[in-house]
Amino acid sequence: MAQRPGIIPADIPRDLDSQESKGLLRFMTCGSVDDGKSTLIGRLLYESKLIFEDQLAELAADSKRVGTQGGELDLALLVDGLAAEREQGITIDVAYRFFATERRKFIVADAPGHEQYTRNMVTAASTSQAAVVLIDARKGVLTQTRRHSHILALLRVRHLALAVNKMDQVGFAQAAFDPIVDDYRKFAAGIGIEKFTAIPLSALKGDNVTTASANMPWYRGPTLMEYLETLTVDQSLEEQPLRFPVQWVNRPNQDFRGYAGLIVSGRVGVGERVRVAPSGRTSEVARIVGPRGDLERAVAGQSVTLTLTDEIDISRGDVIAIADQAPAIADQFQATLVWMHEEPMLPGRPYLMKIGARTVGASITSPRYKLNVNTLEHLAAKQLELNEIGVCNLSLDQPIPFDPYEQNRDTGGFVLIDRLTNDTLAAGLIHFALRRSDNIHWQALDVNKEARARLKGQRACILWFTGLSGAGKSTIANHIERQLLAQGRHTYILDGDNVRHGLNKDLGFTDADRVENIRRVAEVARLMVDAGLIVIVCFISPFRAERRLARALVAEGEFLEVFVDTPLVEAEKRDAKGLYAKARRGELKNFTGIDSPYEPPEQPEIHLETTKLSPEEAAQAVLAALRGAGILLPATDDH
Amino acid sequence: MPLTHLERLEGESIHIMREVVAECEHPVMLYSIGKDSAVMLHLALKAFQPAKLPFPLLHVDTRWKFREMIEFRDRRVAELGLDLIVYINPEGEARGINPFTHGSAVHTDVMKTQALRHALDRYGFDAAFGGARRDEEKSRAKERIFSLRTAQHRWDPKRQRPELWRLYNARRNKGESIRVFPLSNWTELDVWQYIYRENIPIVPLYFARPRPVVQRGGTLIMVDDDRMPLAPGERPVLKMVRFRTLGCYPLTGAIESSADTLPAIIREMLLTAHSERQGRVIDHDSAASMEKKKQEGYF
Repeated sequence: MAQRPGIIPADIPRDLDSQESKGLLRFMTCGSVDDGKSTLIGRLLYESKLIFEDQLAELAADSKRVGTQGGELDLALLVDGLAAEREQGITIDVAYRFFATERRKFIVADAPGHEQYTRNMVTAASTSQAAVVLIDARKGVLTQTRRHSHILALLRVRHLALAVNKMDQVGFAQAAFDPIVDDYRKFAAGIGIEKFTAIPLSALKGDNVTTASANMPWYRGPTLMEYLETLTVDQSLEEQPLRFPVQWVNRPNQDFRGYAGLIVSGRVGVGERVRVAPSGRTSEVARIVGPRGDLERAVAGQSVTLTLTDEIDISRGDVIAIADQAPAIADQFQATLVWMHEEPMLPGRPYLMKIGARTVGASITSPRYKLNVNTLEHLAAKQLELNEIGVCNLSLDQPIPFDPYEQNRDTGGFVLIDRLTNDTLAAGLIHFALRRSDNIHWQALDVNKEARARLKGQRACILWFTGLSGAGKSTIANHIERQLLAQGRHTYILDGDNVRHGLNKDLGFTDADRVENIRRVAEVARLMVDAGLIVIVCFISPFRAERRLARALVAEGEFLEVFVDTPLVEAEKRDAKGLYAKARRGELKNFTGIDSPYEPPEQPEIHLETTKLSPEEAAQAVLAALRGAGILLPATDDH
Repeated sequence: MPLTHLERLEGESIHIMREVVAECEHPVMLYSIGKDSAVMLHLALKAFQPAKLPFPLLHVDTRWKFREMIEFRDRRVAELGLDLIVYINPEGEARGINPFTHGSAVHTDVMKTQALRHALDRYGFDAAFGGARRDEEKSRAKERIFSLRTAQHRWDPKRQRPELWRLYNARRNKGESIRVFPLSNWTELDVWQYIYRENIPIVPLYFARPRPVVQRGGTLIMVDDDRMPLAPGERPVLKMVRFRTLGCYPLTGAIESSADTLPAIIREMLLTAHSERQGRVIDHDSAASMEKKKQEGYF
């Protein structure tokens, strides 16, 4: 067995202890394509002796087959993973590598330098305490260097090494190094990067990676490895206020009620007075159940279970803090969003937000601006596309405890999730709460919805008709309204065409406009429900997410989704308005069913198959459902 | 005193497990009896104490595991009072699938990959913990901690979700499931150090003992029972060996070693020149073999 130099464990128990007491540093590398990033990581792994003989044999074979070093060991191949990427010669995702020295363990996130992969860089930066920014000594500061540095500043990666690579290609000359560093310093100051360590190196040859370079006697600073081993990782996390998001309530029996979670910042001790956000209730820490029995104190990074001296109501997503240092609470924010999905961000569409252990409903206003990360210019934008960064206002369906991201990554960073596909769509950084939510209170009125509706002998509701153009929505709705009127009920029909002539005449047919169209109609319908009316909405409303938005605006049981189910061939055959013919000729764009999708309801309250029911029969079916749902009160019942 | 790297890894793994239990309806822990499973189980017991483990263990038994593994499994389950499901692919068992007649690829596919899919479907598990680590193999370096699988258990690289900070998206649609790897950021050395520090019981096969082995294609294979066909003239010899990873005995190579205690194993780890997967016969099939297996639903 080959001896691995550098580690000679003469005394095993002592060595195990020293191995155990190492700290952990998570860092990332970023740079443009061909800056030698993979080579650098390969070099760090190689020089920390973490490449085993069988891997070296594989590397030698790979180097001959696909290497770029003329048959010599191509260290970059050590870190390229997925088969497709290896063939293209670029990495396309975040990979995590591990190595250790005598002093520290390292987890390095390898983020790709490709122009369009902002998403991966942000992902890598979110867990990194430090970053190595690579610059090709022959090329200097590039657009992508600026982009990457800006993302590091945005994500608050506080320790930064500027690795000026390929010094061997410029004769190891200080004259090549200094102007690059000056150039970078000017730019960095402008984006809030006050401190960085510039290191001239050659990843390919090994200069200043782990051993000081004999080729650059003019450089007196640390090698990259020394820098990584000695930088002081923020102890400040422990000094910050306690934040303990409750993940899970542990209640095995009547005698134990514990709150399980990870301390994301600060520290906590038995007997300390704590406050639970957002409820504001206070209590005292009774026990801290740790991984090895009860603890007197626990600090950031530990997963523990707290018990309190009082029985108070705490559930998943609540945040436990020291009583006089509780986080702020709000339901509207200004935040930076990094959009990470092919589906663009649409203002008004309902999303889910996961922050800490809490998931809430969220919607986004139009972006205030989007950012050109190369020039830092603010650009006007209606929506955000994949890899775009913008500043938006967010509105939540409930107040949440939070800290600004710049104070706390874990209580200020969030992701947005699609309600339908459950995909993660975006990363967000909270800047501050908007005061607006405090200022607009709902007027509490004595005469309320119930009173108005009772006067009309009904309960208020929305009958939301959805289906293809020409499915028969309006025809059936007319029958229903006539019948209801005859019974003395109070109704109103909101029809897609009619609303577009007035309230929504400024909107077109793009996806963004369609969302806004539905949002406005849903809000109008909600006000009408408050007025006590039975509101009949006839809208194609092709997207489940928008119908869900409308449903979320009113109380449980007040939204009845009516699926007017007519097959496309049948609707197209009827084509009363000649629209399908136009769409087929290409004269109408984004026409539902033709070149825009229709997402049928999964569980409509009422399902009408128009190929089996006449419009009159369909109307009767809806009326029966209304009676069944208790919408139509008997005339004698005045309760 | 700042936390050590093992304490940080421990905190992270426990956090991951609790997220799954909070957000999923039917989680299960895939228990393969090896050292990584031992650490994962140990962490799970810590995560939910004093409550009992809020999910069962699932062992996909290929019928070709080392006998000592099965003995160890049954003993641990009894000692800890765990809920263990043992699943053997009934179809594969009926067809007598084995690594000698059918080769390692077919054996692994039927008795492991397919069996795992059947078992997850049969019990309706929507989340499964696995002990895989990112340092094991190149394609795993990019694996998410929460890995989404389609209703057909396939891993679709395009559907994998970005993971930021400590935020894991465990939401899934009907039929979809997630594989969760709480040990993603542990290295092999971390695992051994943690086993040592926490005194976690492991299968005795990890310790060097004299064992009957035959040499095949550069790999030392232990003759664990009389189902192993010997070539003409092939004679098992007793050698002082141990195993770095455990699987089906005909597919798992032993290494010659005298390390019969944990400190000795760790000492060997610090000096070793070979990666642990070298002992696994299935990895040598093709360059991107792990990745293909993953897309098919192998862990």
